[in-house]
Parts: sequence; C-alpha cells; structure tokens
Amino acid sequence: MDRIPILRMGQFLLVTIQIDLYDRLATNLESDLVQMVNKTGARGVLIDISALSIVDSFMGRILGNIGSMSHIMDAETVVVGMQPAVAITLIELGLELKGVHTALNVEKGMALLIEKIGSQEDQSADDEDSPE
Amino acid sequence: MKTDVAKLFQKKRRQILEYWMTKQLADESLREDLMSNDDLREQSNELLDALIESITGENISDTATAELENVKEILSGISISRARQGFSPRETGMYVFSLKDSLIHILREELKGSPDELYQASMKVNRLMDGLAVVTFETFIKGREEVILRQTDEITEISTPVIRVWDGILALPIIGTLDSARTQVVMENLLQEIVESGSTIAILDISGVPAVDSLVAQHLIKTVSATRLMGAECIISGIRPEIAQTVVHLGIDLSNIITKATLAHALKFAFSTMRLSVNRIAKEKTAE
Repeated sequence: MDRIPILRMGQFLLVTIQIDLYDRLATNLESDLVQMVNKTGARGVLIDISALSIVDSFMGRILGNIGSMSHIMDAETVVVGMQPAVAITLIELGLELKGVHTALNVEKGMALLIEKIGSQEDQSADDEDSPE
Repeated sequence: MKTDVAKLFQKKRRQILEYWMTKQLADESLREDLMSNDDLREQSNELLDALIESITGENISDTATAELENVKEILSGISISRARQGFSPRETGMYVFSLKDSLIHILREELKGSPDELYQASMKVNRLMDGLAVVTFETFIKGREEVILRQTDEITEISTPVIRVWDGILALPIIGTLDSARTQVVMENLLQEIVESGSTIAILDISGVPAVDSLVAQHLIKTVSATRLMGAECIISGIRPEIAQTVVHLGIDLSNIITKATLAHALKFAFSTMRLSVNRIAKEKTAE
C-alpha cells in the first residue's frame, strides 16, 4: 500500500507530499504521523504541500487534525508551500486550519519551527545548524 | 386582385432611396459631425437593398423568418457601429422609422385609388418595420452594454495592483467598492504575488473603499485568512473613523486581524516584524 514517507530530521519530522492525496492515503498519513511523533518524541512537524494542487474538505480536516493531534502531543505543526488555489478553496470551505502554523516555503517553515521550539526551551537544538 | 407590395418596392427602389435620403438630410437631427452624408447614403443603400431583396409577398409581415436574417444582420451592424460612434438611441431609432415613412409614402402614391388595399399594405409595412426597429434597439443596447462590460473589466484590472514596497513586503491599495467578484480578483492577485515574490507580509490598504458593510468585512477576513494559510501575514490599514464605527456597530469581529490606521503605520509594523529599521543619516557637517 502507498505510504507518504515521514523523515526524521533532528527533533523535527519532515513530510513532503508529492502526489495528490486520496482519502485512504490521508488517513494513513494521519495515523503514521502521530505514531512517529510518539516514537521519536519530535517537537515539530513540517508538512510540505507545495505539490498539492487539489484539496477537498476531507483533506482540509485531516490537515487540521494533524495539527491538533501534534499539538496535544507537544509538537508544533507547520504547513508550508500552500498553492494560492488551495488556500482559496480551504477558506471558501470555511477551514482556517487553526492551530497549524503556515510558512511560504520549507526554509521559512524550518526557521519558524526553530524559533517556536527555541522559545519554549532554552537549550539550543544541537541537531540544527541553520543560523537563527 | 392584390398588388404585390414586395414587387412594387423592387420597382420603386430608386424613388424610395431618394425620398428616404431627402427626408434624412432634411431632418434637423442629422448628425453630420458623426457621419458624412456619403457614408450615410451608402449605409442606407445597403440596408434598403438587403431589405428589398429579402421580402416577398408572404414574409413581409413576419420578421422571424430566415429570409430576413440578412437584413437583421446588416441592421445590427449599423446599430452597433452607431452605438460606438455615439449616436443617441433616438437618432438610431429615427433612422429606421424614417425608412418606414418613405416606404409608406411610396405606397400611398401607388395605391391612391384603393384605400382598402393601401391600408392592408401599410399595415404589413408597419409591422415589418416595427419588428426591425425593435431589432435595432436590442442591438443598440447590446452594443452599449458591451462597452460597459469592457470598461468594468478594465476597471477591475486596473484597480487591483499589487505593489512590492520592500523586499518581502507587498502592499495592495484597494480603491472602490469591494464585491465578491472583485475580492476574488484581489485575493488571487495577492496570493499569486506572494508566491512569486516570496513575501511574508502583505498590507491591504482600504482607505479607498467608500464603505464597509458586513459582506465587505467578510471578504476582507477571507482574504486575510487565505494569506495566513499561505504562510504570510496580512495587515489591514487605512481604516477611517467612519469605517471603524460601522464595523463595530455591525458587530464584526476584526480582533484576529492586525489593523493599522495608515499605510505608514502598517509599514512600520512590517519593518519591526522583519527586524528592519529605518534611520535618518546624520549630516556629516554637524558630525565634524
């Protein structure tokens, strides 16, 4: 069965969605991701949806769910690279993705995560070498 | 025995045109400034030709027949071109009605002897020309509407520029009333520009929006939310006192949105968010 790969990067998890999601894939991603957050004790999740051109209300809800679930497991979620059409669709559907942070691209998303996590705990993230 | 009106017109073509032209040229509403007399003659000739060729004894009182399509097409062309040249609807209408006068004038001369036949023929011509006049008006209005639509499109295009005020800061001054269609254009332009320029802050200046009602406010909130989803921050600036009053009276909650009084304030806020500062350079002379 198709699965979206979840990469571990220090204390963050990186998910890049390169294909159009169908419902089954999305629910799998949701459960896999929470499992991974639990297993790795990740502090942040970065989801790149720049290749995603079509969303429906279900997909929007899954994204929101992932955000809320990670949040109660003490991890921040950042969704990056949303296409304008996707953003307009989500707004028209009334899904504002509250509880999920957003950024323009992976680079800015990473910077945002580091800033968020860094402000929570003082010890510097030694896995990260990006300047902040 | 009945006289064939169509045949009669064919025979009297020249006289009709002459009479029609004299009437048109004598009319005080003649617009020589918009169209030269030669052009007018050519146009009238073309229309009359098409009309006389198309009508037969049977279809003369029925404007819906296919045979008259040709006439209608020519008439529509004339009507639309007149609308663009700036003729008034009245002038265009009188142009067609004056043809009716000419036709009936010829009929009267020919059918002097039999009032009954004259009445029958006049009725037919009347109905035909009235039908054609309606076509003229329809196309005239359509021609005007096309002009209006094109201008509306142009205004929408022009009035939503996205400006890069700084590296990473976009500004979008909105001028005029916001409706659903315009908000869509504004939103699409803004989001596209955010992707292209990689900007993190967008300033929506609404000082040029005359009034904000609950619908406009909802559109604004939508735009701000969409920008946020893209990963950029959206500031609304240029909120005039009247707008602030209406918004609060309508009970619209804008507390989740960053609002600033002027574009300058919004820019200042954007700078501080991006950790930029603008300093006045001290004069060298005073330093020495």
